[in-house]
Amino acid sequence: MGDQGITGTFTLRDLTDEEYLLPGNAACPGCAAVLAMRIGLKVLGPRTVLVVPACCMSVVQGYYPKTPSRVPIFNTAFAASAATASGIRAALEMKGIRDVNVVCWAGDGGTADIGIQSLSGAAERGDDLIYVCYDNEAYMNTGTQRSGSTPEGARTTTTITGKAEGKKDVPGIMMAHRIPYVATACASYPLDFANKLRRAISMKGTRYIQLLSPCPPGWRYPAEKTIEVGKLAVETGAWILYEWTGRECRLTGPSSGLVERSKRRPLEEYLRIQGRFSNADPSKIEDMKRRIDEEWERILALCKG
Amino acid sequence: MIATGNHAVAYGVKAARAEIIAAYPITPQTQIIEKLSEFIEKGEMRAKFLRVESEHSAMAACIGASACGARAFTATSSQGLLYMSEMVFWAGLGSFPVVMAVVTRTLAPPWSIWNEHTDMLSQRDAGWILIMCESVQEAYDAAIQAFRIAEDRRVRQPVMFGLDAFSLSHTSERLDLIGQEEVEAFLPAPEGDWKVIDVQDPTTYGNMAGPERMMEIRHSIMERLRGSASVIEETASEFSRISGREQAGLVEEYRTSGAEVILVVAGAASGDAKDAADALRDEGVRAGVARLRVIRPFPAERIRAAVQGCRAVAVVDRDYSFGSGGIIGREVASATGIKPFSYIAGIGGCDLSVTDFAGIARDAISRAESGEEGREIWWGIKGSQGPSP
Ligand SMILES: Cc1ncc(C[n+]2csc(CCOP(=O)(O)OP(=O)(O)O)c2C)c(N)n1
Ligand code: SF4
Ligand SMILES: [Mg+2]
Repeated sequence: MGDQGITGTFTLRDLTDEEYLLPGNAACPGCAAVLAMRIGLKVLGPRTVLVVPACCMSVVQGYYPKTPSRVPIFNTAFAASAATASGIRAALEMKGIRDVNVVCWAGDGGTADIGIQSLSGAAERGDDLIYVCYDNEAYMNTGTQRSGSTPEGARTTTTITGKAEGKKDVPGIMMAHRIPYVATACASYPLDFANKLRRAISMKGTRYIQLLSPCPPGWRYPAEKTIEVGKLAVETGAWILYEWTGRECRLTGPSSGLVERSKRRPLEEYLRIQGRFSNADPSKIEDMKRRIDEEWERILALCKG
Repeated sequence: MIATGNHAVAYGVKAARAEIIAAYPITPQTQIIEKLSEFIEKGEMRAKFLRVESEHSAMAACIGASACGARAFTATSSQGLLYMSEMVFWAGLGSFPVVMAVVTRTLAPPWSIWNEHTDMLSQRDAGWILIMCESVQEAYDAAIQAFRIAEDRRVRQPVMFGLDAFSLSHTSERLDLIGQEEVEAFLPAPEGDWKVIDVQDPTTYGNMAGPERMMEIRHSIMERLRGSASVIEETASEFSRISGREQAGLVEEYRTSGAEVILVVAGAASGDAKDAADALRDEGVRAGVARLRVIRPFPAERIRAAVQGCRAVAVVDRDYSFGSGGIIGREVASATGIKPFSYIAGIGGCDLSVTDFAGIARDAISRAESGEEGREIWWGIKGSQGPSP
């Protein structure tokens, strides 16, 4: 195995009909995070263990003894996903079980904030696990409070006039750990996500994917607009799709065609479709655009190598 | 051989064939994990050592490993134990048979590395079995027994065993190891049938449970912890047989028969309490000692029986629960229905010698003789003690 293992692109036809996340879960209508989990489990397959900390995904599983999952899920404490996964991986190795994906599926709060220490520890040790952070950009489970991953200008219940600070760059933090694979994805582009997950599966060590997951109640838009909201995040350039393998970084999906600013749709289209940015005045929007430009410059510099 | 308490723990864990060790260093626990790391690196022990970045992660990794049916061990002390506390409860409430050594140490502020039991006792409601060791030998013996108790089908709850900072952790004493064959007969390789993670038999572990199930979930932990008392006794007597050394089980009674005063103690200072009892007996004072080897499940009946008929019960607590009192003193009061003289002593590593125990015993007798009711006494505190709480 190795990162050169996967070159071909996976198409819709390659995605199995088998369902590992069954209908009847407790997610809100239009939840992008749970849509992505369904796709993710199709790619990961049955020999997968999910580790889930406190977050919406712990609630989505519904009430014991029922579960929508056909793969084992181990629920752990908010800060402890990566460390729990490290213990699972070590135990499986001791038992001689080598063909199982150990996957953390954690929210942005459990990743950027309270769980970053254990994630950093696992990454520094190079523990063999895939970490998917589904990023709905706030603490949704507790009612949409600000997280380190909340973007500038977004209203949350603890930043009612809009967050003053920028979004924490967790993919950048993970790259600084020199792990083999870091990627961003968006739930509106399931195949892009599926291909990144496949690439991650083909490698060893700590692999990190941050998946933007629009959230109707938290972002304040109607449930049926979830895919559209995610697409606008990418098409306006607010969310950049890329993958980094230590040696190289490349833009993926629609982001590859958005290098020139003029190709991107106006940021306002993304902001206006949601209620959470309703407080952002023109000067705030200019600040946000500036931050987005800086992010593009940073990623493009990485892509140039 | 001659070994420190910390090394004794490491030898015990090696003999027990723990498969996963996840730990974070803290004085005075460090030698335990250094020795285990050395065993593994030299190929003398087949285990994985996860050098995690915190105690919270240490216990999380142990829980993850245990959830796969592996035998997992960690060790910590004071600040580390409190930092780990969320996961300590996770292990207890999740019924994962993890084993942990706690080198008991004072909590800060102010910073102190010296001995006190408040750290370990603060975790007493977490669903763990709590054992307190008296000697280096007992630390080794407890390490092996702990895995068997934890993994016993009737128990399946985690076990922590305490050893006093420095007076056990760093003090060299004689240590007799048991032959590996005997250990393996006593503690076979882990069956691991408590595992909840299995891709062949997928289950969701720990998702939400409503109020209609919680009473039952907690009740089953309560029953298993209560039932563990007989398993602890049984394990101790079996271990006595293979080691040729008498094991204490729940409570060790020392010269309690016909005693007018009984010192109730736990941990490394118990030996000094016994020496004090000997000295007092030589002087005609009928003193005895009831040593709690196990604090959870609290051996209420054994303590009640031990102190029956004695004139003064003197509980010596090297710990304190603010707003309540000495933790063991409170437990003894509720278990026996008598109000003991509750001595708070040895706090923050303060000396607690044979002379102190003899003084405490005499003090308790004279208080009882003058008709005083049981009360709290801060033994050895400088200056006036103020009114009784
Ligand atoms: C130690 C601890 N602190 C706080 C909480 C409360 N809590 C549970 S989930 C959550 C928010 C999770 O946010 P995120 O990780 O972004 O996931 P989301 O709910 O948005 O899916 C919080 C604050 C907790 N369970 N544990
Ligand atoms: S609050 Fe948002 S992320 Fe959470 S379940 Fe609902 S839609 Fe999904
Ligand atoms: Mg979130």
